[in-house]
Amino acid sequence: MSTLATFSRRHLLGIEGLSALEIESLLDLAEAEIGVSRQIEKKKAVLRGRTQINLFFEASTRTQSSFELAGKRLGADVMNMSVGASSVKKGETLVDTAMTLNAMRPDILVVRHHAAGAAELLAQKVECSVINAGDGAHEHPTQALLDALTIRRHKDRLQGLTVAICGDIRHSRVARSNILLLHVMGAEVRVVAPSTLMPASIDRLGVEAFTDMRRGLAGADVVMMLRLQRERMAAAYVPSVREYFRFHGLDCEKLAFAKPDAIVMHPGPMNRGVEIDPLIADGARSVIREQVEMGVAVRMALLEALARNLPNA
Amino acid sequence: MPDERTQAAGPPSGVPKDPPRPLVLENARIVDPSRDLDAAGSVIITNGRIAEAGPGAIGQGRPDGAEVIDCAGCAVIPGLVDMRVFVGEPGAEHRETLETASLAAAAGGVTTIVTMPDTDPVIDDPALVDFILRRARHTAHVRVHPMAALTKDLAGEELSEFGLLKDAGAVAFTQGRRSLRSAQVMRNALTYARDFDALIAHHPADADLTSAGVMNEGEVATRLGLPGIPREAETIILERDLQLAALTGGRYHAALVSCAASVEAIQRAKSAGADVTAAAAITHLSLNENDIGPYRTFFKLAPPLRAEDDRLALVQGLADGVIDIIVSAHDPQDVEGKRRPFAEAADGAVGLDTLLAVGLRQVHEETLPLTRLIDAMSTRPAALLGLEAGTLAAGAPADLAVVDLQRPWVVSEDLLHSRSHNTAFEGARLTGKVIRTIVAGRTVYQYD
Repeated sequence: MSTLATFSRRHLLGIEGLSALEIESLLDLAEAEIGVSRQIEKKKAVLRGRTQINLFFEASTRTQSSFELAGKRLGADVMNMSVGASSVKKGETLVDTAMTLNAMRPDILVVRHHAAGAAELLAQKVECSVINAGDGAHEHPTQALLDALTIRRHKDRLQGLTVAICGDIRHSRVARSNILLLHVMGAEVRVVAPSTLMPASIDRLGVEAFTDMRRGLAGADVVMMLRLQRERMAAAYVPSVREYFRFHGLDCEKLAFAKPDAIVMHPGPMNRGVEIDPLIADGARSVIREQVEMGVAVRMALLEALARNLPNA
Repeated sequence: MPDERTQAAGPPSGVPKDPPRPLVLENARIVDPSRDLDAAGSVIITNGRIAEAGPGAIGQGRPDGAEVIDCAGCAVIPGLVDMRVFVGEPGAEHRETLETASLAAAAGGVTTIVTMPDTDPVIDDPALVDFILRRARHTAHVRVHPMAALTKDLAGEELSEFGLLKDAGAVAFTQGRRSLRSAQVMRNALTYARDFDALIAHHPADADLTSAGVMNEGEVATRLGLPGIPREAETIILERDLQLAALTGGRYHAALVSCAASVEAIQRAKSAGADVTAAAAITHLSLNENDIGPYRTFFKLAPPLRAEDDRLALVQGLADGVIDIIVSAHDPQDVEGKRRPFAEAADGAVGLDTLLAVGLRQVHEETLPLTRLIDAMSTRPAALLGLEAGTLAAGAPADLAVVDLQRPWVVSEDLLHSRSHNTAFEGARLTGKVIRTIVAGRTVYQYD
């Protein structure tokens, strides 16, 4: 049986609702895509003739270029649209933009938006496949998939691992998608954050919550750090960078509480000296650059899987 | 299914006209909470007023030239008095006019609407109160009474002219959608209001805690990645207001409450003897935060829909009389305002058309007796506002509704009369339909 037979969705709006089998099938396919990017002829033809639009309402060099490369390596025509504040100021709504693009008959729409639920709203209004590339503090499913692929390559499995997700859980879509994915795959998930950055009822998502890094990291196989936005200081969530780094930044002393072979991850872009010590960010246990490579592979796998389910495929 | 929109909307209620034909409603179940009456009977209407309603009206004969309506299988109730209705007139007529709101009201058995001052311009001047009343006389099919702004331009700083506004016809004073930040202004408002026996109707919501979120705080918000509004955003301001009401002796009405802790706070204040009342919206008595589902913006309300425990506490509070009144909190929003990502979408839902039918769910589920439902939707708000309404007693204006309590129907956009269609009950299966609505002895709505 082809691994793709188990993934028959039209959109990827979130990790929520995906089965372990669907996730495994995407990761297996991604594993095969890694080779494509490593060879000289980095090209497949599965998206030949297809149009992919990357619609980014929030700037993101990393995610946008990853989706662009993934699409191009599969043979799609890729268009990047960065919708800045200007269109929003002109009064054009998300739905207006979606309807305009829909009329241009794309096959796949990759969307990043600052509002939770934006990808869901778009999917209701357009006829093509929609991939959520991050919606507010809701989900960022391809990030969770690439994180899972990276972990699996180092630990050979996800089930039974202890993963500590640390930092601004409250405002993080990366945290939500990772919690959902790791939970489905049978990992033990911990979240570590100052109480002001911990969302209400987080325990209902099947995680164990810690405010102390040392306790949260004790015996962890994977340490996943999150970016802290500078705006959090202005909004009175945390007092200062130096206090945050002292209690919640990942340094050698705190990392020593995790397992000796624990890997360190970060979705990027990093604030060195805020949530992570540069020594660790660029050290031997960091797999942060590998995450970027896996990002392209996972997105190729996803695009290929969705393309099989497009009309006339 | 008959076309519900072919209604016999009578002439606008204020247009000069001949006295209406006498009317006799026969074979009805008469439900009149003002007289603690629920019995088989008739209603005799002459000169736009009730001559007799109840078992005593049976066999009294029919006045000469009377129209006789057989109400077999139906209940006759005093017309509903909805004391929280947002209208777009003046300033946002594309969302709702007094005329379209009144058509929705008539279809819902509502014979009196109390309009909010959050218009453009804000209703904070006697001439503007007069404007609303004049427009209503010429265009509305039900009675309209405006609430005036509590503070000038609703800015929350200077008191509006309670005395002049009340003389012009304002029935109460409110900040509408907004909530007063200043405890000092609230204290002065409640104190000054005493001199005019004016009612302060206030939506308690801490501006900072509320503006930080878009739905109830908790697991559902966390899963959706949406910032939450804690219940304390409501209770902090409610407790402040209740203490100020006790301090000043002013008449305070909590215009909307949404959670169990608020019901407890009002219970305590009432037990201590404060002159306070409270209302809950029909949406909050019927729905909870789970109804938001995949970011459905028609369920984005202010205050936000809370948890099921809160909903149950509101229903119980209503049954116990701690919550006095049910309102629709009818708030028309255009497509543009609702067709956005949840966090950016406008708050509010229309609710006049469906107010009674949704309320009847509680009766059918036996969580609320029918007389208490009608009391909360008609008799109590009329008494609180000092209106000649909410009763079928002899001599009262003939404002009433004929309701088939058992008729099933499904809410759909094309059945709504409001100019905006942002209902939280699209597709809802309801049992109980308003068959006819009468204002001042004239039929303003008929379902056939």
